[in-house]
Amino acid sequence: MFHRRELSLIIVIAALGLVLAAIAPGYFARENLSDLFLGNMPVLIVAIGTTVVILTGNIDISVGSVFAICGVVAGIAAKGSGSVLVATIAACGVGAALGALNGSLVAFLRMPSIVVTLATMVALRDGLRWGTEGAWVQDLPPGFQWFGLPQSSYPVVACAIVVVLQSVVAWAMRNLAVGRAVYATGSNETAARLAGLDTARVTFGVFIVAGALTGLAALLNSVRFNQIPSNAGLGLEMKVIAAAVVGGAAIRGGEGSLSGTLLGVILLGAIGPALTFLGVSAYWERALQGAIILAAVAVDAVRERRAFHAAVAASGPA
Amino acid sequence: MVASGLSDVPSLLLDARDISKSFAGLRALHRVSFDLRAGEVHALVGENGAGKSTLIKIVTGAEHADAGTITVAGAPLTRIDPHTTRALGIAAIYQQPALFPHLTVAENIALSLERGGSWRRIDRKARRRRASELLDRVGASLHPDRLVGTLTMPEQQVVEIAKAIGAEARIVIMDEPTASLSDREVARLFEVIARLRAADAGVIYISHRLEEIATIADRITVLRDGETVATRDARDLTRTDLIRMMVGRELDAVFPKRQVPLGETALSVRDLSNARTGVRRVSLSVRRGEILGLAGLVGSGRTQLAETIFGLTPASAGEIAIEGTPVTIVSPADAIDRGIAYVPEDRRQHGVVLEMSIAANTSLANLTAVSRHGLITREAEHRAARQYVNDLRIKASSVDAEVGSLSGGNQQKVALARWLATKPSVLILDEPTQGVDVGSKAEIHRLMQDLAERGMAIIMISSELPEILGMSDRIAVMHAGTIVATMERADATAANVMAAALGH
Repeated sequence: MFHRRELSLIIVIAALGLVLAAIAPGYFARENLSDLFLGNMPVLIVAIGTTVVILTGNIDISVGSVFAICGVVAGIAAKGSGSVLVATIAACGVGAALGALNGSLVAFLRMPSIVVTLATMVALRDGLRWGTEGAWVQDLPPGFQWFGLPQSSYPVVACAIVVVLQSVVAWAMRNLAVGRAVYATGSNETAARLAGLDTARVTFGVFIVAGALTGLAALLNSVRFNQIPSNAGLGLEMKVIAAAVVGGAAIRGGEGSLSGTLLGVILLGAIGPALTFLGVSAYWERALQGAIILAAVAVDAVRERRAFHAAVAASGPA
Repeated sequence: MVASGLSDVPSLLLDARDISKSFAGLRALHRVSFDLRAGEVHALVGENGAGKSTLIKIVTGAEHADAGTITVAGAPLTRIDPHTTRALGIAAIYQQPALFPHLTVAENIALSLERGGSWRRIDRKARRRRASELLDRVGASLHPDRLVGTLTMPEQQVVEIAKAIGAEARIVIMDEPTASLSDREVARLFEVIARLRAADAGVIYISHRLEEIATIADRITVLRDGETVATRDARDLTRTDLIRMMVGRELDAVFPKRQVPLGETALSVRDLSNARTGVRRVSLSVRRGEILGLAGLVGSGRTQLAETIFGLTPASAGEIAIEGTPVTIVSPADAIDRGIAYVPEDRRQHGVVLEMSIAANTSLANLTAVSRHGLITREAEHRAARQYVNDLRIKASSVDAEVGSLSGGNQQKVALARWLATKPSVLILDEPTQGVDVGSKAEIHRLMQDLAERGMAIIMISSELPEILGMSDRIAVMHAGTIVATMERADATAANVMAAALGH
């Protein structure tokens, strides 16, 4: 079930945990873990969508801007309606719509996804700034913050949502025909098309999923505060792509798993605070994260070269 | 003293002796010898897969020979790579020019000719002047400032030739240079070749167009199955001789053709055309239990025809009928629904998904068969895959093995398994045994017989004449995008299939 990548990540995370348990057991205090989870929750939810997009051989770097827009939309909807449900639908719906915009340009006009989402990343971010004039959404209705729950039980609810989400998408990717279609499209689009799969629709679909998940992440994040910033999600795309890559997703598509991405989010998210607890300067956080990404990519490159040589040896002349 | 006695023999520019080369155990060349004299055009002919390209790759240093020696202008070559061979004056011009489309003609020529440090100043005027001068010598009226991407294919070829002349190449290799040229452009090319010859360069000329070879070649070497058949003076050979030498080999017992009673017409197409891919007014039909061999040279439109029938590039005109009922096929999904299966030519590129397991590859075209309520049942999928692994004798550790780890023959069988899983009534196989070992090849042939016996209609595209002649009940030959001849098994011979394929 678990591939080598997941196993080695589990080992690395476990080793980190052991070191922390021995030197700085305070890391595992409920308070700290709860903060850690809430801080990384948006990354995890968005990373689920990003992984699916990467599996098709595409990329979506507009998620940070979509995240900011959906947060603001959720706040405005909550203020207008007073209902959390309406806010949720609005955030996910706007996210899905923006995903559909990206997806249609990539899938039907066959534009490269990196260019399309670079353009929407910039345009949406500046559009939001223009629309809100930089103002944050304030005076949110009372039932909005923490979904009206006690502050201590919100992390439990959010955690349950994330667990369900992660399991459902992971299960779907493994057990539904559509999951197979995602892998096949990213791995070999021509072969997938020849097998009768509608690869354009698959590509279109994954962008919508990624957008809707980004909307959900924005909503779950915005209820943590009593006002919603209009500049949220800066650099989010880098975090989620890094997590997916560390988790074993091949940037060319066709290879990767949601469990790998989950472990990638955990490792990259846990390492920064861990440094503080271990008494290492926090300035090392970025450097260490970078080193982890490089190590993961290097392992992939070496493995791929070996596999390539083995395949050439096995198959004869082209 | 001995040397002076030989002085009236034209000097050898290139002498390749006993060259052998295998790819992963498959023999591509076996003790092939080939030489080139100064001032001659030496043609290299043979069927697809006879070893011409491999020989050229070895001479240009793109591949290394397993055995044999190469001597250039009297000096034995020990280390050969593309740099060394270029410095020795070997230039190759391929059917697809290898130029930089975003640079101008002058820049393209300069890039291949100029030597010097990375920090040298670029002299644009000199580059333009040299380009004009070289293009003049080729007799072309191209402006050196034009972007190569805006040139037509023959114009690009002219640039390649100018490059070769600029490099003062003594050995010029032309691989199917006329494939995309009009008659007038061919005449122009021949003038250039005449100039090269007059300048005492040697030209290795590869072409399927036998009439051209008769016009231009001084000597001809025929390759077949990776071996030299003969090297002769061109004037001693007729076209019939050539065709016989290219195909002349006995059909051995490798093809145990069984007689299968033929059923109803399973698939028929009428006046099928595809404006985009050059398929022109093709009509054919295939009956249940029948194997229809589709012969033709590379580029004759066989794959394009298959892709049109399969809906990958939908037809622009014409009719497709399944069991007599006209159908519309505009996507592979339509074709699969109508019971058509297509196993494409290049299995690594189009056939299998290398990163996926055997089981996942097998179910990919027919996920509904192994699913319940849209849910893939792992057991059903594995059971189906195991059955095909057994039936097709796929050698693998388990059905979970990644297809990328299998040998070529086994990958091909996995591609086949995927399509058999769709339970097709019409099976189109594009080069089903290309690049697979002899054992797997025999098994694939046996399997085709079994499928025909079970009433499947099979269209087999193959560049290998013995396979076409050995396996087919009927043979359709394509040339320039259309079917030029259809013959019964009994009437087909290697020579008349080859002649039709060459457009005679």
